[in-house]
Amino acid sequence: MTRLIIYMKPYTRLILFAVLLLFIQATCDLALPDYMSDIVNKGIMNGDSGYIFKIGMKMLGVALLGMTCSTAVGLLASRTAAGVSKDLRANIFEKVESFSNREFDRFSASSLITRTTNDITQIQMLLVMMIRLVIYAPILGVGGVIHALAKSKSMSWIIGVAVVMLLGLILVMFTLAMPKFKKIQTMIDKLNLVVRENLAGMLVIRAFRTQRFEEKRFDQANRELTDTNLYVNRVMSGMMPAMMLIMNLITVLVVWVGSKQVSALQMDVGDMMAYIQYVMQIIMAFLMMSMMFIQIPRSSVSAVRIAEVLETEPSITNHPHPVELKERVQGAVAFKDVTFTYPGAEKPVLHRINFTAYPGQTTAFIGSTGSGKSTLINLIPRFYDPTEGEVLIDGIDIKKLTLHDLRQNLGYVPQKGILFSGTIQSNLRYADENAAESEMLKAAEIAQAMEFIESKPEGFHTLISQGGSNVSGGQKQRLSIARALLKSPQIFIFDDSFSALDFKTDANLRAALKEQTASSTILIVAQRISTIMNADQIIVLEQGRIVGQGTHRELLDTCEVYREIAVSQLSKEELN
Amino acid sequence: MSENRPPRRQAGGFGPGPMVMAGGQKAKDFKGTMKELINYMTAYKTSFIIVLIFAVFSSVFSIVGPKILGKVTTKLFEGLIAYRLGTGLLTDFDYMRHFVLLLVTLYLISSIFSYLQNFIMSDVSMKITYQFRKDISEKINRMPLEYFDKKTHGEVLSRITNDVDTVSQTLNQSLTQIIFSVTTVIGVLTMMLSISWIMTLVALLVMPASSVIVILVVKKSQQFYKTQQKYLGHINGQIEENYSGHNIVQVFNGEKNAIRKFKELNEELYDSAWKSQFLSSMMMPIISFVGNIGYVAVCILGGYLAVKRIIEVGDIQAFIQYMRSFTQPLAQLSNISNILQSTAAAAERVFEFLNEKEASPDPLDSAPLDQVSGHVEFKNVKFGYREDKIVINDFSANIEPGQMIAIVGPTGAGKSTVVKLLMRFYDINEGEIYIDGHEIYSFSRDDLRSLFGMVLQDTWLYNTSILENIRYGSFDKSDQQVFAAAKAAHCDEFIKALPDGYHLVLNEEASNISQGQKQLLTIARTILADPKILILDEATSSVDTRTELLIQKAMANLMKNRTSFVIAHRLSTIRDADLILVMKDGDIIEQGKHEELLAQSGFYAELYQSQFSNCE
Repeated sequence: MTRLIIYMKPYTRLILFAVLLLFIQATCDLALPDYMSDIVNKGIMNGDSGYIFKIGMKMLGVALLGMTCSTAVGLLASRTAAGVSKDLRANIFEKVESFSNREFDRFSASSLITRTTNDITQIQMLLVMMIRLVIYAPILGVGGVIHALAKSKSMSWIIGVAVVMLLGLILVMFTLAMPKFKKIQTMIDKLNLVVRENLAGMLVIRAFRTQRFEEKRFDQANRELTDTNLYVNRVMSGMMPAMMLIMNLITVLVVWVGSKQVSALQMDVGDMMAYIQYVMQIIMAFLMMSMMFIQIPRSSVSAVRIAEVLETEPSITNHPHPVELKERVQGAVAFKDVTFTYPGAEKPVLHRINFTAYPGQTTAFIGSTGSGKSTLINLIPRFYDPTEGEVLIDGIDIKKLTLHDLRQNLGYVPQKGILFSGTIQSNLRYADENAAESEMLKAAEIAQAMEFIESKPEGFHTLISQGGSNVSGGQKQRLSIARALLKSPQIFIFDDSFSALDFKTDANLRAALKEQTASSTILIVAQRISTIMNADQIIVLEQGRIVGQGTHRELLDTCEVYREIAVSQLSKEELN
Repeated sequence: MSENRPPRRQAGGFGPGPMVMAGGQKAKDFKGTMKELINYMTAYKTSFIIVLIFAVFSSVFSIVGPKILGKVTTKLFEGLIAYRLGTGLLTDFDYMRHFVLLLVTLYLISSIFSYLQNFIMSDVSMKITYQFRKDISEKINRMPLEYFDKKTHGEVLSRITNDVDTVSQTLNQSLTQIIFSVTTVIGVLTMMLSISWIMTLVALLVMPASSVIVILVVKKSQQFYKTQQKYLGHINGQIEENYSGHNIVQVFNGEKNAIRKFKELNEELYDSAWKSQFLSSMMMPIISFVGNIGYVAVCILGGYLAVKRIIEVGDIQAFIQYMRSFTQPLAQLSNISNILQSTAAAAERVFEFLNEKEASPDPLDSAPLDQVSGHVEFKNVKFGYREDKIVINDFSANIEPGQMIAIVGPTGAGKSTVVKLLMRFYDINEGEIYIDGHEIYSFSRDDLRSLFGMVLQDTWLYNTSILENIRYGSFDKSDQQVFAAAKAAHCDEFIKALPDGYHLVLNEEASNISQGQKQLLTIARTILADPKILILDEATSSVDTRTELLIQKAMANLMKNRTSFVIAHRLSTIRDADLILVMKDGDIIEQGKHEELLAQSGFYAELYQSQFSNCE
């Protein structure tokens, strides 16, 4: 929490002003019973209606002032909370944009999303509450005590009794119920899990005729949840009645003790009536504060999560004295003794990798899952930096280039086509806002995307929903490819980008691509051997090491791993 | 997988507090739904009546309190005046003690009733919630699959969690609150009238004034709340998109643009956020101010009346207490229609689901099963997932026992349709399907499906041990039989290498074993089930080559002597098939043996060639 305090600094004046207003508000709230007591003690006792009316008007004025103050506090609190949230949100977003994959792996994208959205919302709510209640409650409580003492010192023990009883009640309730609250959450998760499994496995469940079994499984989860919920509800249903009882009994106590004081002529009746109201206000203040103590730790989890992001520095940054690129690179990509270990992992995923990919050539990577293909390729755009060794473009260590220059020269197509909400056109133009219409058409043509784009009534203006959920996997891949083409970079990286395409589209696409990118360096990761059979250079990876390097023909003769893959995917005729 | 996630719950109370219900959804048929809900609860009629009685008792007992307390105060005041005038005793403590004891008893009884009422109500609501969930989960299994083609998993899930929760919460809290509020308002009103009708009138005049102001503020703040939610949605979209596409943003140097756009959205959000927050924060001061006006009015008027000796001093005190306990239930009552509406909307969605059409009933006597050899015949089958969109027009095929049928076609061509018809996941529109001469509709669904074994590419395992996952569906098989099946499916080796071997519990995403291993487990499961007819979906590229070899071997084991339908990706499988069904856009466009189809030089030939054509 304290780590985020600096974000409140620009709003110091607003907050201080709010505190001042809260003081006035509390004074007003506490003055009312005083006036009432005056009406009873002086007005009624002496039968003076004029006095009663005069005091009444004063009360109205005080009430109005109180309302004005508390409305103004609302305004100040809202502006402060919304303002702090805005600043925090912008700072987190900017920070996350600068993160490398290492930081993304550490937090996970979904957690970063929650931190930028829900956690901030929590903070905003907390801030409003802090200003309006946390500051107000002690002022009201202390003020109440002072007023009550002024009326009668000898009855102050009643306030103590009330507060102790209420706090005791809250404490008991929460020690009984709190541990179960957490349990309920996991039980709800369990219930949801069973339902999700049932929905996802509907075919299997029906095929194996296990409906009864699944119903039993659900019933068990349902029963557990119901039982725990029941326990908590039974405990909590005692809360309100007990609280009411305590308050009522305290009132009776004040009257009982007070009446003795009145009859001993130590107190006026009006004062006793006012006293009841003070005690109630003090109790309210304590209730507010105890609610705060429950709420604050919850929200402070959010604050910690936000601070964690803000305090994390991106591990991949620009070189302090970067090499300036005068013109476009030639595109020779070389790995020199590159070893890479994921943070926290024991064993490296890549061992001393050495190769060069030349302009005008296609270099392909193949290997089983977990062999390190994607990791290798992710080192080129500096999503990660190698643990040892270096990656060179045209002989320059890529760490010496600015991130902007480096990435400007890369065309990268990920495994899963990632699109942004907008239109097909805005997605393609993501590569280059000023790209000409004709270039865009050409890119779509090469990526074999024209056919389906034209089949849509809106063509290039077809809306793409968030996450591209309204186009198929294959269409997403083709659009991602077109997007990369539109950038017309010198180096292309295809990370298994053809997997969702059928064989025919795959083949056509590669043919068109070859023509267009004759002078570029092409790096392809693939699972299908047919995709890469014609590459100029194939690199076979096995457990992070290069175990074969050469053309399809050469590898069939020399590389055991490659042959095994080939045999499983190709027919006899194709092998010979 | 994102569509499988339950929809994110509304960010709890962003902006307006509980006073402003965010618009609230409305039920299409309020009356009907309420009737249905009441029907659903008839089993708990007695409990409801008891709750009602207890609630009335509880509020009545607590309502008399202030009046009695007022009497005590009056007595005190009178004593004081009498003392000053020198005409009497200061205070009659016996009289006082009597009243104080009465008060303590009343409050105690009231609280006990109130607790009992809450207690019973939470029991009832929990039982109803349990029943709702149980009914829904059983309903899922009786519904035709078509339903789930139209609805996302998230929607179904949200009925079980969110909607049921909403209904349960109303039952548990709102219902008792409503009863309590109604009795309190009536009770308090009676007591106030018994003290002074003029003061009651003044107090009542204050109420409408406050409700008008509150309604105005609520309306205004709801507007801002809606805009705020809209902008919040925009900004969350921008965040999700940019974070999940982080690599793309970076490699296209899109960070600056993203930040610029984000700041614009953020500014818009700020503007509506503080306004919405401010307006909703105005509620409390306004309500308490109106309350204070009432307070002042009671003091002035009460003071005046007391001077005139029309009422007593204690009555003023009692009146102030009544006014205080009047506002809250009244605010609750004004919210009733909102609560009932949103409950009805939630209950309606639950009932809608429970009343959905179920799959047609099974025939009364199922055809005999014992000697099924695996002969399958399709005769003029016509089928469409929707009536107006027929995908299979006229399909006939005769498959001898032990034959292998390959289904090929590009992605998304609907290759699994035939299989789904065969197992009666969907019912055909026209034509017949026979197994060993029996129409499939003459079997009960369970009997029919017991003939089949199915291995899908989309492996389905659940959150339990590997052993139980293999045993799934054949619960009577011994551990030894499970091990044997695992061996036949080539899983034994890798399972034994896992931390707990067969007892390793798969985690929720089953991500503690690899995709290929999952596939092997489902094969073992099918081997254990020992079906007559097989349905196989061959693995695609996501599996590494060595595991893929194992899977091929395991599948070959499985297919021995069984009629099998294979959704094929591998050329070797396709070429060896006894019959190839070629599908495109959901329709079977060609069928025959490999050579025949090649000779036709149609779509199949083209598809086949392209798989290993060189791109030059």
